[in-house]
Amino acid sequence: AAGMFLRLLSDIQWRAANPKWRRMTSSQRSTSTTAEPHPVPLPAQAQVVICGGGVVGTSVAYHLSKMGWKDIVLLEQGRLAAGTTRFCAGIVSTARPVSIELKMAHYSNKLYQQLEQETGVQTGYMKTGSISLAQTQDRLISLKRIASSLNVMGIPCEIISPKKVLQLHPLINIHDLVGAMYVPEDALVSSANVSLALATAASRNGVQIHERTSVSHVTIQKGHVTGVETDRGRIQCEYFVNCAGQWAYELGHSGEEPVHIPLHACEHFYLLTHPLKEPLSSSLPTIVDPDGRIYIRNWQGGILSGGFEKNPKPLFTEGRNQLEIQNLQEDWDHFAPLLSGLLRRMPGLESLQIKQLVNCPESFTPDMRCIMGESPTARGYFVLAGMNSAGISYGGGAGKYLAEWIVNGYPSENVWPLDLKRFGTLQSSRTFLRHRVMEVMPLMYDLKVPRWDFQTGRQLRTSPLYDRLDAQGARWMEKHGFERVKYFVPPGNDLLDLDHSKTFYKPDWFDIVGSEVKCCKEAVCVIDMSSFTKFEISSTGDQALESLQYLFSNDLDVPVGHVVHTGMLNEKGGYENDCSIARLSKRSFFMISPTDQQVHCWAWLKNRLPDDSNLVLEDVTWKYTALNLIGPRAVDVLSELSYAPMTAEHFPSLFCKEMSVGYANGIRVMSITHTGEPGFVLYIPIEYALHVYNEVMNMGQKYGIRNAGYYALRSLRIEKFFAFWGQDLDAFTTPMECGREFQVKLDKGIEFLGQEVLLEQKQNGVYKRFTMFILEDHDTDMDLWPWWGEPIFRNGRYVGKTTSSAYSYTLERHVCLGFVHHFDEKTGEKLVVTTDFINQGEYEIDIAGQRFQAKAKLYPFSSLFTQRRRKDEVELSGYQRE
Amino acid sequence: FYLTPPQVNSILKANEYSFKVPEFDGKNVSSVLGFDSNQLPANAPIEDRRSAATCLQTRGMLLGVFDGHAGCACAQAVSERLFYYIAVSLLPHETLLEIENAVESGRALLPILQWHKHPNDYFSKEASKLYFNSLRTYWQELIDLNSGETTDVREALINAFKRLDNDISLEAQVGDPNSFLNYLVLRVAFSGATACVAHVDGVDLHIANTGDSRAMLGVQEEDGSWSAVNLSYDHNAQNEREVERVKMEHPKSEEKSLVKQDRLLGLLMPFRAFGDVKFKWSIELQKRVVESGPDQLNDNEYTKFIPPNYFTPPYLTAEPEVIHHKLRPQDKFLVLATDGLWETMHRQDVARIVGEYLTGVHHQQPIAVGGYKVTLGQMHGLLTERRAKISSVFEDQNAATHLIRHAVGNNEFGTVDHERLSKMLSLPEELARMYRDDITIIVVQFNSRVIGAY
Repeated sequence: AAGMFLRLLSDIQWRAANPKWRRMTSSQRSTSTTAEPHPVPLPAQAQVVICGGGVVGTSVAYHLSKMGWKDIVLLEQGRLAAGTTRFCAGIVSTARPVSIELKMAHYSNKLYQQLEQETGVQTGYMKTGSISLAQTQDRLISLKRIASSLNVMGIPCEIISPKKVLQLHPLINIHDLVGAMYVPEDALVSSANVSLALATAASRNGVQIHERTSVSHVTIQKGHVTGVETDRGRIQCEYFVNCAGQWAYELGHSGEEPVHIPLHACEHFYLLTHPLKEPLSSSLPTIVDPDGRIYIRNWQGGILSGGFEKNPKPLFTEGRNQLEIQNLQEDWDHFAPLLSGLLRRMPGLESLQIKQLVNCPESFTPDMRCIMGESPTARGYFVLAGMNSAGISYGGGAGKYLAEWIVNGYPSENVWPLDLKRFGTLQSSRTFLRHRVMEVMPLMYDLKVPRWDFQTGRQLRTSPLYDRLDAQGARWMEKHGFERVKYFVPPGNDLLDLDHSKTFYKPDWFDIVGSEVKCCKEAVCVIDMSSFTKFEISSTGDQALESLQYLFSNDLDVPVGHVVHTGMLNEKGGYENDCSIARLSKRSFFMISPTDQQVHCWAWLKNRLPDDSNLVLEDVTWKYTALNLIGPRAVDVLSELSYAPMTAEHFPSLFCKEMSVGYANGIRVMSITHTGEPGFVLYIPIEYALHVYNEVMNMGQKYGIRNAGYYALRSLRIEKFFAFWGQDLDAFTTPMECGREFQVKLDKGIEFLGQEVLLEQKQNGVYKRFTMFILEDHDTDMDLWPWWGEPIFRNGRYVGKTTSSAYSYTLERHVCLGFVHHFDEKTGEKLVVTTDFINQGEYEIDIAGQRFQAKAKLYPFSSLFTQRRRKDEVELSGYQRE
Repeated sequence: FYLTPPQVNSILKANEYSFKVPEFDGKNVSSVLGFDSNQLPANAPIEDRRSAATCLQTRGMLLGVFDGHAGCACAQAVSERLFYYIAVSLLPHETLLEIENAVESGRALLPILQWHKHPNDYFSKEASKLYFNSLRTYWQELIDLNSGETTDVREALINAFKRLDNDISLEAQVGDPNSFLNYLVLRVAFSGATACVAHVDGVDLHIANTGDSRAMLGVQEEDGSWSAVNLSYDHNAQNEREVERVKMEHPKSEEKSLVKQDRLLGLLMPFRAFGDVKFKWSIELQKRVVESGPDQLNDNEYTKFIPPNYFTPPYLTAEPEVIHHKLRPQDKFLVLATDGLWETMHRQDVARIVGEYLTGVHHQQPIAVGGYKVTLGQMHGLLTERRAKISSVFEDQNAATHLIRHAVGNNEFGTVDHERLSKMLSLPEELARMYRDDITIIVVQFNSRVIGAY
């Protein structure tokens, strides 16, 4: 009821502020209250059609129109801001663990703050601040980590004592708290009114808004959006933006060519109360008590309190369902644990009278991050949805990035963590989504320690060796649906303990991984790396080579049998992908990319390769099992199994050859290991996988062979300063910025994408530099471990963040990789980063507020490379992956 | 001798079985959500049987409990065969023809029933051919009789019951060249079984009952409380109409001897049953069959014994009484149980215990604040109370198990007393039957959402 009241109020204000809208609707509304709902006919065409009139859709419209695009139509099936937006709790919170999400929330906050002034629409913006409570030391550590990132962004933020909490909020019971994080600039808004304000501004800028108009489907021709079919007719358009919230999945599937948008709705409950006897001040900070699974904000003198329960109730699994919508009612038994949490946190509220328990569905995504970007299959089809109950916090910033993406072709920040293309069709199974969101929703408030994994939706993609490895003690993690081994638990170890190694400190697999690393260094290990994305590109003539030469930065015109490490760069010289490509023949290439590149890289190539039936791109990921034989004895194992000489003279580094291994012929052997250690990766047609694995293990016995997992691989690659796409490298990082000029064909006179930028950087220098840090005074046993995202300080000043870290068993130190910037001391402007700048600084890494001295290096320790084959290639290859 | 709670649980749960109607994530178009069943033996071996199956060629689900006496042979045979007779009685003419043609030409048969069986619910392999042939004869007759009318469920149930009993009787008269089978059919015919069977199809619930097992509907009133509605009449001496019926069927001269000590002819508790040919066949027939039968039969005093005052057989029938009920949204569950349960518990208690168990598990009784003045503290207290109630129920995952726990373990205050449970369950075999009967329970849970949408 309160929501309705707010709505009515805002309607009036909004129309008054918007003469154009009034002309369209007021006459109708004044004569008939029930509905002659469509006074204005739809236009026959528009440049952009946005579907969804919640905070997300209106934010996209607002930002597109701000960027000068005018020919925009926004369609809303009901009334503006009447869906999840109307019901949401209106908390703008910047305390987000993922950097890009933090930036979006920060921008949203600033946007909403001035929105009332800009539009004249009351947004209810109130800077109350927020307090996140910690009931445990581990929780406090996670808050400290967030506080570190907020502080370096210039967002005020403080770790405070329980006593201070009580001063800020007198109702809180603090006896079970160990500390808290205070973010004084967090705010409250009326989310519906924010949305209406954005709509008002957009409308003034020329955006046409049509309510009560449903999109039935989007038409796509030749892989490009051509128009939108609605219940009121068709609109031709170039761009379509799906901001349909919890209906986005269904809308994506409504057309002939489905666009997979993996999200699923869950019921979300919050409680409204009547005012207290002495009404609460509207400036009282919002309380987030993740250990109690609840949030509490002041609301009209009373409180609004909801949370993320352990046992969520997913709904709309089969799509829109009238039965379920009608059943959306208060469920007190379900809310009981949250109510207990509330009364435990604020015992004084016992006598406060209940007004309402609101049930407001929210949509959640498989990895807790929102979904943004262009469809991999339909150009011009953009998506912004799946806000994981933070639509208000993200709406402003996300709308801005998406608008930039549409207008410029790319957003101004690295949004890969949110990119629709991080998902494929595999995450679109309704069963998968239903099960996964039931895990995701409680995770919102669960403590997330380094290297946590999702538990649902597992064992979907597996190597044929899965059962064999599992039986030998493999512990698994998942990437893009693929099960990958973390490490192998030796027989006799306490398995239960290891599965519960959730800590910010030294994990209990430390020695296990250590012995796997040792084996890689001294003997030989096998790691199943089948998850990598594998493409084959071939042509009848030279088309394959010519196209690839343009799309990849390194020279691919190498002799047949050679393997090239190369970036796939965008126009700005940034890494869209980082891969190794083997030249199988004059006219065919075999390309290996990170696991989560399967959709993105495919779309990138498809969109850029010439439309030529004689040029074939094929995804062969599923055809091969990949075994990585790492270690000095790999060469012995392989030569015994193949009766072929495998020494450096016969099989140099970065070489690829089809050969027999055991009885199996046609095994593609490449002399790379993705770690800088000597060895080979075997690409095995899957039906031979078990045979080859058995042969390798049997033969390897006398050389001390053992299984190893990705944690060992990661430790090896990080200590050798190998960057990893998706972790260290992104679309905003160029080869020049990470010391990989030698992987770029600048001097070959061959044109390639991103070339201008690289040339310019070569000339003028770079503004950030990928750097390796060795932690100096860090006690591995006692101190918090670095993860990623830790701020880097140079001479006491913030210069960047780490992107990955690992313990190096060889150096017996922690190694962090990250980017160093040079911010002007006065203006904060980015300056050129020189080698001297890097070398002449004193560095510290901030782990949850504690700073550790670090030594910066621009080149890896050459002593770590036990065996050098083709010296030029290996030493500084800086190549890695995952 | 004392049983620990886990030991008690392992005894109680040994025969429990649950079936959920397959659904795709929350959507279940069937009016039945599923059922829980369980049985607790007192006899060794247990003489009760249970069956549950989904009709595959027609709609609907069949569930039944069977209480055997004078051995378990008859109850076993009925539990295996009755549902086939019912399913065949329900089949349209074309399907019958199709099945017959398939048998004739040796093609694969359409599956008629999908059974939902506990691993302990066995089927006799040896007799399957014999049973099949009898069933086939039945459907061949149905094909010949083709009335062209649509099959009425009530009629189908009555026909199936009567036909099966008739076949049991005939098979025993004809005998079988295989000596094992020959003995089996005789044991089936000379033992007896009651049957209480439910057929649920959408909102149409039919209960066919023969004997003194009972079907009871659990109804949730608007105020959330539970009440019980009987959907069967016991066929025993306590049922005046039944006594009346028996008296009507026999000459007035027998009036005094018909029912003695609340038993039929002073011997049999149920007034209707399958098998029990000693109450159905003429004395001549009984003698002929026993004499020509195998030695084991002749050695058995019981089979040779002719009931006293046996003048005008048959005294017993397997014809069921059929009750039809249109399911309403407030009808939440159905309990089918043998008399072992009803002897120890009042139906009102059964309704309450099952009702609270089911809502405890599913939170089906929502609280709404509406316009009332409720404080956070009051609501919290209320919810805590509800949760406490639920957690006491959590021990059992099966409504039938939960009911048995109460039936066996309830003290005078109506709550489960572990000590009592432990004693009752650790009774030696020979004593168990003195303190309790075999108990077999099926609890069918209805899908109010689907029923409400009808």
